[in-house]
Amino acid sequence: MSDQTATAAIDIRETSKIYGRDRESGVVALDQVSLAIRDNEFFTLLGPSGCGKTTLLRLIAGFEQPTHGEILLFGQHLEGLPPYKRPVNTVFQHYALFPHMTVAENISFGLEMLDTPATQISSTVKEVLGLVQMEHLANRKTDQLSGGQQQRVALARALAPKPKVLLLDEPLSALDFKLRKEMQVELKRLQNETGITFIFVTHDQEEALTMSDRVAVMRDGLILQVGNPRDIYDRPAKRFVADFIGDINILKGRILSKNGAQAMVKLNAGYQGTAGLPAETDSLGDEVSIAIRPEQLSFASGAGPEHLSGSIQHISYFGSGFDYEIVMPTGETIMLQLQNRGAGDHAYAVGDQARIAISENSMQILAD
Amino acid sequence: MADIATTAPRKIIKGIDLKYQPGFSQITWFCIVVLYAPIAVLVLFSFNENRSVTVWTQFSLDWYAKAWENEGIQHAALVSLEVAFVAMVISTILATMAALVTTRTPPYRGMNIAVAVINQPLMVPEVVTAVATLIFFAIIKQATGISGIGYLIAAHTAFCIPFAYMPIRARLEDMDLSLEQAAADLYAPPFKVFRRVTLPLLMPGILAGAMLAFIVSLDDVIITLFVAGPGETTLPLYILGQIRRGVTPEINAVSTVFLGISVILVTFIFLFGKDKK
Amino acid sequence: MSDQPSANIQLSSSAVAEEKRLRNTRLGLLAPGILTIFCIGIMPLSIVLVYSFLEPGDFGGVSWVLSFDAYVQLLFEEDIFDETLSFTTDYLQIFLRSVSLGLFTTIACLLVGFPTAYFIATQPPARRNAWLFLITIPFWTNLLIRTYAMLLILRDQGIINLALIEIGLIDRAIPLLYTDFAVCLGLVYAYLPFMVLPIFASLEKLDFRLVEASYDLYATRFKVLKRIIIPLAKPGIAAGCILVLIPSLGAFITPALLGGGKSLMIGNLIELQFGQARNWPFGSAIALVLMVLVMLSLMTYLRYGTTRKGAPGHG
Repeated sequence: MSDQTATAAIDIRETSKIYGRDRESGVVALDQVSLAIRDNEFFTLLGPSGCGKTTLLRLIAGFEQPTHGEILLFGQHLEGLPPYKRPVNTVFQHYALFPHMTVAENISFGLEMLDTPATQISSTVKEVLGLVQMEHLANRKTDQLSGGQQQRVALARALAPKPKVLLLDEPLSALDFKLRKEMQVELKRLQNETGITFIFVTHDQEEALTMSDRVAVMRDGLILQVGNPRDIYDRPAKRFVADFIGDINILKGRILSKNGAQAMVKLNAGYQGTAGLPAETDSLGDEVSIAIRPEQLSFASGAGPEHLSGSIQHISYFGSGFDYEIVMPTGETIMLQLQNRGAGDHAYAVGDQARIAISENSMQILAD
Repeated sequence: MADIATTAPRKIIKGIDLKYQPGFSQITWFCIVVLYAPIAVLVLFSFNENRSVTVWTQFSLDWYAKAWENEGIQHAALVSLEVAFVAMVISTILATMAALVTTRTPPYRGMNIAVAVINQPLMVPEVVTAVATLIFFAIIKQATGISGIGYLIAAHTAFCIPFAYMPIRARLEDMDLSLEQAAADLYAPPFKVFRRVTLPLLMPGILAGAMLAFIVSLDDVIITLFVAGPGETTLPLYILGQIRRGVTPEINAVSTVFLGISVILVTFIFLFGKDKK
Repeated sequence: MSDQPSANIQLSSSAVAEEKRLRNTRLGLLAPGILTIFCIGIMPLSIVLVYSFLEPGDFGGVSWVLSFDAYVQLLFEEDIFDETLSFTTDYLQIFLRSVSLGLFTTIACLLVGFPTAYFIATQPPARRNAWLFLITIPFWTNLLIRTYAMLLILRDQGIINLALIEIGLIDRAIPLLYTDFAVCLGLVYAYLPFMVLPIFASLEKLDFRLVEASYDLYATRFKVLKRIIIPLAKPGIAAGCILVLIPSLGAFITPALLGGGKSLMIGNLIELQFGQARNWPFGSAIALVLMVLVMLSLMTYLRYGTTRKGAPGHG
C-alpha cells in the first residue's frame, strides 16, 4: 500500500496549536506536527498526558482551530469548518451520552441532524445496535446502563452516521481491566467490519500495541516516531520511545562501521555485534546509546557465546517469570527477563556472577 | 514526653460525634422557633372570629371572606400578579442569555465586569435603587410624556434578573460541556444544539430562576413604593398602607394567603433546584 | 522545539474567524441583560449624584440650580430668621443609629446564625435537606409580612407583654415597640437566614477529616472550633456578614413598622425626602452617604473576607 497513490484519510500538515498571546508566554500544545493517516487504518496516538494527542484529536474533530497549519480529510480542507460540518465523529472519554434521551434516540441523533428519512434512520439504528450487540437495550434511558454498555452506545452513536473517520478519545480508560481487554478486541473487530479509519488516543502503550495498525508516539507537542507496533517496539528511534513502551535497557557503545540500515557496534561493556540504525543519523556522536529489550537477553549456557557478564543485584518475581537486575563492570545496570519455563530457571541467586547472551539483531541504536 | 498522655485527655470521636459541638442544636431549635413563632401567631389569628389579634375566641373564615370581597385587595392582587408575571418572563429570558455566556467558559475580557453588573442589584440597598429609579423615570416621563405601568415592570425586571440568574447559572455549571460538543460533533448546528440538548437539560434551572424572579417581584416593597404611580398599588403596598392605619385580622388573612403562595413557590424551587445526579 | 522569534502569533484565518464569531455571540447574548441593569440600576445612580447638587423644586422634583445646600443640611441647621448656620446632630444621630444597628444586627445574626448553620451542615443528608427547607422559607417570604408578624408580637397587646403580665412579672405592658430594641430585633428576624445560608454553604464543604486529625492531636472541642472550623468557614462568615450588613444599613420597612417615628434609620429619612418633605436633593445626598457606607463595608469585606484575587477563599 503506497502512500503516494492513495489519498490520506487524514493529512496533517505543519500544524501547531498555541494557547496564549505568543510563543514565549503561551502553551504550545502542538508544535508543527505533520502526519498522514491512511484509509481503513486503525491508527493510535500514544503518549503521556500533556503530549498533545487529545489536542490533535480535537483539531481533527473541529472543537478547536489550529493556530497554524492545515488539516485535510481525503484531500478536503477542514480548517475553518465547525464540527457539525465535518464528516468525522467522536467517541468521548466519558461517553457524553445525552441523559434525557434513550439509547435509540442517542444513536439516531446524528442521523436526524442530517435530515435522514425516518425509515432509513430506524433501519440504520437497528443495524448499528446489532453491530455493538445492544439491540435489547434500545429503549433504555442512558443513565441506567453500566459503563461498558454506555461505551457501546457511544460507539454506536458515532458510527450510525457512517463517518469517514472515527475519533476515539481514550474511550476505554474508565473501564475495569477485564472489560477493557474485551473492548479492545471488539474495537478491532468493528474497525475491520466497517472499514472506517479509526484514530485512537491512549496513554496505555500495551493497548496501543495490541490494537493498532500503526502508532504515533507523541511527547510535548511533537511526534517522535510513527510506525507499526513491531517497529516501534523493536526499533525505537528515540530514547523516550524506547523507554515509554515496555521495559528497556540502554547501554553505551561506539559505532565501528555502517552498512545501510545497520551498523557494527562495540558496547563499552565489551560485546561487539550488529545493531539497527535510526532514520536520522546526523545527530549521532562518537558515543551512542544502544537499546536492548530485557527479553532479548538470556543466561548464556556453558557452551554458548558469552556477550556480557556481571553480578546479579536483584531478582523480582512477577508471576509469569523473573526479572534479573545485573550490574556490569562498566557500572551500567541491565535488566534480563525470563519467562517461567522450567525448574532450571530458579538456579540463580542474588550475588551470583551471570553470563549473558544477546539475541541476534535485537540491538537498536537510538538517535538521542 | 510521658506527660502528654496524662495531661490532655484523648478524645477520639468517631462518626457523628466528631461533629458535635455543645449547645449548637439548642441554638438551632431556638432559631427555628423564633423564626416561625411570629408567623405562626399571625396565621393563627387570621382564623380568629373576633376582631382582636390577641384574644382568641373561635375559629372563623370570616376575615378571608372579607378580604376576598375587598375591591382594594382584588385590584392590588391583580396588579401584583401582572407585574410579577411580565417581570418574571423578561428577566428569566435575559438571565438565561447572560448565564449561557458567562458560565463554563475560560475567563475573557469583560466577563468579570459583566457578572458584577448582573449582580449589581444585590449589592446596592434597595432604597438607593428606588431613589435612583424614581428620579430617572421622572426625567423620562417629563421628557416623553409617556407614563404607565411599564415603568414599574421595567424596574421590577431589572432587579429580578440577578435572582433568575443564580439558579440558571448553578444548573449550567453542573452541565458537562462535552454533551454540547457531542451534539455538534453529530452534525447539529449551534441553534439545534441549544434546542435539543442545552435547553432540555437546563430547564429545571430556568424554572427555578423564573419562580425566584416571580416571588421576588411579588414581595417587593421599597422600589415599588417609590416607583409605582397612582392605580399601580401592588399587594404589599396595599398591606403596608393598611398596617399604617391599624392592625386588623383582615391583614392577617391577606398575609396568610401571601405566605401560602410563597411557601408553595419555594417548595417548587427547592424541588427543581436540587441536583439531579 | 523549533526555534521561533517571540513575535505575536500570526493566527490562521480559521482561528481568527472562530474568535470573532465567539465574540459576537457573547456580545449579542449579554447585551440585553447588561443594558437593562445598566440603564435602570447603574446609570441612574449617577443622576442621583447630580441631583444632590441641585435645589429642590417648588412642587417636588428639582430646579436646576447648582447648590451645596443638600450636603450642608446634613450637618448644619439654618436658622429661619437670621440665616446663621448651627451645627446639628439630628441627622448624624440617624446615621449613627443606622450604623450601630447594622453592626449589632450583624453580630447578633452571627452569634445565632453560625451555630445554626453548623448544626444543619453536620446533619445526615436527608435531615439536612429538611432543615434547609425550613430555613429557606422565611428567606423568601415577604419581609413586610414577617415584620408585621413581629409587630404583632411586640405590641403592648402582643403575646410577649400578655404572657409577662399573665405570669405576673409585670403589671402593665412594657412599651417594646417603637424603640431601637424593637428595630434591632426586627432586623435580626428579617436577615437571619441571610447569615445562615452562606455559612452553611461554607461548612458543607468542610473536610471533617481535618477535625478528626485535630482531635487526634489532643485538641478540645472549643479549640477545634476556634482554630480549625471557624477559620475554614471564614469565606461563608464574611459573606453572611456583608449580606446582613448592607440591607440593614439601608433598611426601611423594619424601622418604619417597628420604630415608628422615633427610631428613624437612613432609609426612612430618604423616604421622607421623596414623600412629605419634598426635598429631592437632600434625599439624594442622604442616599449617596448611604452608598458611601455600603462601599466602605464592601471594601472591608473584599479586603478581609476574600483572597487576593477577589474570590472567597480559604481563611
